[in-house]
Amino acid sequence: MLPIFVIIPLGSAFLVPLVSRIRLSIGRVLSLCSGAALLFFSVSSIWWLKGGVKMYAVGGWRPPFGICMALDGLTVLMLVVVNIIGFASLLYSLDYAKRYTSESLYYTLFCLLLAGLNGVAISGDLFNLFVFLEITSIASYALVAFGVEAEELEASFKYLVLGAVASALILLGIGMFLGAVSTLNMADISRSLVISVSPKLVLYSAALFMAGFSIKAGFVPFHAWLPDAHPSAPAPMSAMLSGVVIKTIGIYALLRVIFSIIGFNAAFSEIFIWMGILSMAIGVLLAIGQWDFKRLLAYHSVSQVGYVIFGIGLGTPLGIIGGLFHLFNHSLFKSLLFLNAGSIEYSTGYRQLDKLDGLDEAMPVTSRTSLVASLSIAGIPPFCGFWSKLIIIIAAIQAHRYAGAVTCILVSVVTLASFLKVQKYAFIRKLKGAAQGAKEAPLFMKLSMLLLAFLCIMAGLFFIPVLNALIKPAAEALLAGKDYANLILGAP
Amino acid sequence: MKEQGMSLIVKRVTKITVSLIFLFGVYIVLHGHISPGGGFAGGVIIALSFIHLVLAFGKETALKRLSEAAASVIESLGGLFFWGIGLLGLFAGGVFFINVLPKGRPFDLFSSGSILLSNVAIAMKVGAGLFAIFIAMAVLRIPVDEGDKQKR
Amino acid sequence: MSLYILCLILFSIGVYCLLVKKNLVKKIVGLGIMDYALNLFFILLGYRWNSDAPIMDKNIVITSFVDPLPQALILTSIVIGLGVTALMVAIAVRIYEKYKTFNIDEIRRLRE
Repeated sequence: MLPIFVIIPLGSAFLVPLVSRIRLSIGRVLSLCSGAALLFFSVSSIWWLKGGVKMYAVGGWRPPFGICMALDGLTVLMLVVVNIIGFASLLYSLDYAKRYTSESLYYTLFCLLLAGLNGVAISGDLFNLFVFLEITSIASYALVAFGVEAEELEASFKYLVLGAVASALILLGIGMFLGAVSTLNMADISRSLVISVSPKLVLYSAALFMAGFSIKAGFVPFHAWLPDAHPSAPAPMSAMLSGVVIKTIGIYALLRVIFSIIGFNAAFSEIFIWMGILSMAIGVLLAIGQWDFKRLLAYHSVSQVGYVIFGIGLGTPLGIIGGLFHLFNHSLFKSLLFLNAGSIEYSTGYRQLDKLDGLDEAMPVTSRTSLVASLSIAGIPPFCGFWSKLIIIIAAIQAHRYAGAVTCILVSVVTLASFLKVQKYAFIRKLKGAAQGAKEAPLFMKLSMLLLAFLCIMAGLFFIPVLNALIKPAAEALLAGKDYANLILGAP
Repeated sequence: MKEQGMSLIVKRVTKITVSLIFLFGVYIVLHGHISPGGGFAGGVIIALSFIHLVLAFGKETALKRLSEAAASVIESLGGLFFWGIGLLGLFAGGVFFINVLPKGRPFDLFSSGSILLSNVAIAMKVGAGLFAIFIAMAVLRIPVDEGDKQKR
Repeated sequence: MSLYILCLILFSIGVYCLLVKKNLVKKIVGLGIMDYALNLFFILLGYRWNSDAPIMDKNIVITSFVDPLPQALILTSIVIGLGVTALMVAIAVRIYEKYKTFNIDEIRRLRE
């Protein structure tokens, strides 16, 4: 059943441009249906995992000869995250994308993006992962530039240049592995690396992978493209970029390579922790001064992704659980905030916070949902962001990383201040400014925001079931480390 | 712009060669499983035959043969066809992309199961896609006098 | 070994061109150089001395042949490179229409 995650979005990506020639609405409904089906299958994959790790040999060719797909806890987590956000963004697009002249192309690219993201999560072959990563990247470059305004094109070109360098570095790393062990199956590489490969070569490839995936994820020394690309994209695409794209093709792929193939050790732990601390601090410091709502959110993405990599870098079970839980939560609330920003822009035409005022009365749904998301991102109990940050901080103290723990707390306070500013200027403050006569967003946009806000609250209130069902298997998959090879090659 | 395209000699030669190039592309696609070549290379050659027309006769003549809309439809159909081959394996053989067609004798034209069909699908996708990309690029015309504004 | 090093030098030239040059078209050329260097690197990885191309035919018997796997990978990588380059050219064309220049120093509306 595993290839279903690639079959559905890829099929609808090819069908949408055809059926949209007959009627545009068929294309819309088709892409929404494929999003819903993907969501259904990804949630049911939690139960598929109960019988242990699954492996699927495409075309009947067993690994290490053929391409295989693998399902373990981390993959399930990524599939669920990708498809929740993907479905919400597609629902939101039904109204939002009407502003574009070539709507069918928008849905085609969106389905391709979903295909790439699901493929990256499920692939068990290193080169296949690279191909899906490139599908995702190309679709996201095109979607960032979709409005073809001057700023969007400029941001997309910047993203393209850095993304192309990142892809080249990743491909070079894959080439190193291929030259050393003559196989591309991730489990097989992992097994062969133990035997007969010089540690220098492994270290060099690890550096290449780190650099490449860090550019894709937007960690701090490599974040230059991110604050331009996120605000320029259409709102559902910003939600996808910040919610899942940087996590899937950045963090997930990095973790897969470092934990499952190369093997996690103290040196990687140190790098992850310092990269995390830098991302947290610098991202939030750059965010305070921003007045463009979406740009502010983009800098907060850098900062929150720092929490994820910091937690995972601690290397302890609690730290990894905290990091992965924060990954899940961040994709919920940050996507919701980007959708809020999109609906504010949709009805008022502005993104500048100082030009907005008193939207609370005019746009009650947007206002309330953004309050939920702001409280979550700032880490106010009982919202979901609080629990994951708490777990990360406890794990940091247990691991004697006091500097990191203090940074986590300080960054959380500054984040709260920053989102209080957002709430004050956009929703609470009342002036007679440019935002007069704003109307609430249309139905599907409201539905999508309500869905994400509901999930945000639920993930906060019932965090223990979420931890048990989703996060713990994922953390176990990471902690298994190089046992991945035996699990996959021994799987039915 | 009254006269489209290049000189008379180029047009004459193009009329002869363009069909040969197209046929060569088809040959490469159909023999992809038994000799070097295949869907991608053959598709590129097929697209080149249309691009050849654009270069020699101008955009309008080529678009009469294969309009942009038709190219986009063929491209989607090619993708869909390839996807269908995968699904055929899933439904008839139980595994995604498994070969369910008879394999035939080696080195025959109709052998090697679904590889031949996949090559045709890829050729449709690549040929039409490359032609569409070329047409999309061909709309740019930079005025000559603005050229010296660019530094470096 | 020296071949691999030459390959990496070519790669570095591509990265330099992509990141440092001011003109968008030169950046695209840099991307091309980078891609070709990588393709060359993969093909070299699969090369074996005194071996033939891995093409089977009725009348030819091949005893030792070069590794065909990197060649298949490179075909995929070339297609991806084609896609990225086409997208990059399309965006550069649109940027030219908006800004009337290819010079990256004059394309800076985002930074203001």
